[in-house]
Amino acid sequence: MSVNTIKCECGHINHEGTVLCEACGKPIKGNQHLDGNDDQRVLEMRYDGSARRSKTYKRTFIDKTWAFFSSVKVGVWLIVITLIFSALGTIYPQEPFKNSPLPASQFYETEYGLTGKIFYQLGFHNMYDSWWYIILVAMIGISLVICSLDRYIPLRRALKNQKIKRHPTFVKRQRVVSSTDKLSDENYQTIKERLKKKRYKIKEEDGHLFAEKNRFSRWGPYVNHIGLIVILTAAILRMFDVMHVDDYVWVREGETRVIPGTNQEYYIKNENFSYDFFDAEEDEDIRFREALKNANGPIPKDFQTDAIIYKVKGETVIGEEPELEEIKRGQIRVNHPIQFDGYSLYQAGNQMDSEYDQISFKINGENDQELGKFTFDTDEAPYQIELDNGMIVRVDDYYPQLEFTDKGPSSFSKFPRNPGIIFSVLNEGEEEGDRFFYLGEDIISLSDESTLTMSVTDIEKRSASGLTVKKDYSLPFFLIGAIIFMIGVVQGLYWYHRRIWIHPTENEYLVGSHTNKNWFGMKKELDEIFEGTEFNEFKDQSELK
Amino acid sequence: MDFYEISSSLLSISFFIYLIAVVFFGAILGKKRDERQKSKLTTIGIILTIIGFIAQVASFIFRWMEAGHIPVSNMFEFIYFFSMCLIFAFLLIHFIYRYSIMGIVALPIAIVLIGYGSVFPTEVTPLVDSLQSNWLYIHVTTVALAQAILSISFVAGLLYLIVKVNQEVRSKETSYLELIMYFVVSVIAFVVLSFSFGAADYEAVFNLPENGDYNEISYTLPALIGPTDSELATTDHFYTGIEAPSFLNGAEAARKFNSLIWSLLTGLVLYGLLRLLTRKRIGAYLQNKFGKVNPDVVDDILYRAIAIGFPLFTLGGLIFAAIWAQEAWGRFWGWDPKEVWALITWLFYAAFLHLRLARGWHGKKSAWLAVIGFAIIMFNLIVVNLVISGLHSYA
Repeated sequence: MSVNTIKCECGHINHEGTVLCEACGKPIKGNQHLDGNDDQRVLEMRYDGSARRSKTYKRTFIDKTWAFFSSVKVGVWLIVITLIFSALGTIYPQEPFKNSPLPASQFYETEYGLTGKIFYQLGFHNMYDSWWYIILVAMIGISLVICSLDRYIPLRRALKNQKIKRHPTFVKRQRVVSSTDKLSDENYQTIKERLKKKRYKIKEEDGHLFAEKNRFSRWGPYVNHIGLIVILTAAILRMFDVMHVDDYVWVREGETRVIPGTNQEYYIKNENFSYDFFDAEEDEDIRFREALKNANGPIPKDFQTDAIIYKVKGETVIGEEPELEEIKRGQIRVNHPIQFDGYSLYQAGNQMDSEYDQISFKINGENDQELGKFTFDTDEAPYQIELDNGMIVRVDDYYPQLEFTDKGPSSFSKFPRNPGIIFSVLNEGEEEGDRFFYLGEDIISLSDESTLTMSVTDIEKRSASGLTVKKDYSLPFFLIGAIIFMIGVVQGLYWYHRRIWIHPTENEYLVGSHTNKNWFGMKKELDEIFEGTEFNEFKDQSELK
Repeated sequence: MDFYEISSSLLSISFFIYLIAVVFFGAILGKKRDERQKSKLTTIGIILTIIGFIAQVASFIFRWMEAGHIPVSNMFEFIYFFSMCLIFAFLLIHFIYRYSIMGIVALPIAIVLIGYGSVFPTEVTPLVDSLQSNWLYIHVTTVALAQAILSISFVAGLLYLIVKVNQEVRSKETSYLELIMYFVVSVIAFVVLSFSFGAADYEAVFNLPENGDYNEISYTLPALIGPTDSELATTDHFYTGIEAPSFLNGAEAARKFNSLIWSLLTGLVLYGLLRLLTRKRIGAYLQNKFGKVNPDVVDDILYRAIAIGFPLFTLGGLIFAAIWAQEAWGRFWGWDPKEVWALITWLFYAAFLHLRLARGWHGKKSAWLAVIGFAIIMFNLIVVNLVISGLHSYA
């Protein structure tokens, strides 16, 4: 990174921009302003006075960009701005949640008036995938990377190069210090024992002592930042369609359908769709009677699709029915998706009794004696049905979803949601007979002088189950990122990097101590270690400032 | 007595025990720390808090037995569980720091929360299908505990501000502190009003025409603000005749707005009375009372609470939440308002940690941030559930 170097009087060669010599800790003249600790009594120990690129080079555009993104202040501002915009986006529902047939351009204004209009015009109705929100999050990501590199590399070097023997200034100007004129060997050994008991790693050289523990906690912030970067990278990956399948399928009871998003490889059969609501009449739910009475509508207890998953066997030939092989059978319920070959199917929607499956009729003659009965199956939709007594019921017209237009009756769709059927009832050999129109679950006779009556005896409806189809290759990355983040946070927050130096000079012993946080605990620990020895009471020099 | 009644009685008992405990904690105010620690009053206060806590836990268990699922599935239950966690966190802090004076702030907050929660329907509710998962136990309990621990940082922050804000002259800081006091008083006003009018079975009904039919909206507080384009059906009830502004949408919005106005007005009256009685800013009055508090310890508690609460919140509010969302809805993140506000909470405390650890924001700055953090948590709990609808508005 740098070509210029600074040689300290201890002989160590430091990078340009170093504030405290990496080896002995002596403040490097002329660089003190970099950490803003010019005439302070206490050394600014942040990042151990190492040479940070952002503080050293401020000439080129790249330097300036680097310095910008490595600043904690900028990072915090980015967080705060993201926070505020995220909050603004929740004032009104986002477009996908607006739950209205109106287009967004009308919805917000009609529903919320002027403020809604402004919300829409500012583009807040699609905030979280708008380009500027993504840029904001991306900037946080860049800040995470640069911030971490700018600090981690020099800090690691400084902690690696630190020597046991420090410069007296370095020890004296630590925040919490003490000193003594004399120190008996016995007490020196006691201090060492106590340090060991407190899990300090002790190194000695020429009467100098250096005790250190929990250096790894210094890496906590960088580890958690890596976790976040992994998560953001996963989010970028997820933007590519190949990374995930996201589809929806409606399957009627008894129906077998290809599962979308699976390259026509998998089929699902809905064997049965069942649902259950809480019922205050039932023993099991009687404890909820009060809540059920007050509820606005029935409260769903369970929705369940009994499904069979098939895989296509061999090559599919276009236009031919594929050969299917059952690979899985099970139930799909909310909170319990069915999984196969990396795909998951979630119970997401239901169309309860939305379609007519079978409608049964009977035909009565004069004096109400029954002539015959038959069942119309909406899937088969036969052209004619022969009754036991030889009569024929001809289906003249069938409208699965009946509606009336200017041109008369027609069908809105091919799904039997509101079937209308026109029948002709013929005796054997006849061409014309009495006509009946089945609509709205009722029968209208179309022939004026009919001696026959037709009536509906039974209606069987069927439900459709709505399933979301998901496959997501990015999930493991998110999970790994989250785990790394948690490890980093715990590592950084619950351990403290503590160092203690005992430095003999010609006429006294100095003690300097440093911790990256929790001075409260550090002071307590120092008191315990040095208790009963010749050392004076520890002094917090930051209070003197 | 069935489980439900036992549970309700136990909750009332614990509520009153907490109230008595506050009195004991209040009695130690103004004493030096050493005296406080030795004082019998402190011991009694703590013992009472523990008894109250045990009663509340027992009440929770009975309710669990009644409902057949962990009672954290509606507004009443969540707030009730949250207040229980707050007491737990307070006791924990007490046994680590032996700093009982926190109780004088923590307990009243827990009491107000229990009161506020009890305004919502208290009957046991069935679990809708999407909540029927073991993740309900894991996700909701971790979030409640994390938020309670984060609230302890608010308790510490408030204590810090009461002690450290200069009350000799009026300043922005004293005004904001008064604002916090006013909010607390308004919440108390809301609870008291709801229970008083509830006890009197007050109900004013409005008819709101909708598609040629009438929609009935019932008010449990006298109507200062009625629903837009509506008519008072129970004409013998009080009504100012002022209608809610039309931008307040939804049938319930006007009723909630009415309650809000009531709370703020009654809060204003209560606050004014307090000012008259003490002849000082409430903050100044409290500062006198609190006097001898070591701000360094309080600041340390504040930080420690966030250092524990933040990772726990990340785990419960984001990671567990995402895993459950993936299992229930097939997407781990969907920008649902509750999710966004969990992210906002997380971002806020992340910013807090950066400011404190990298930029040295200690003391008062930290304390104000802790107050804002609590405001965000309360916003997510109350406003997001009641005003901004989304997948989480089960209450």
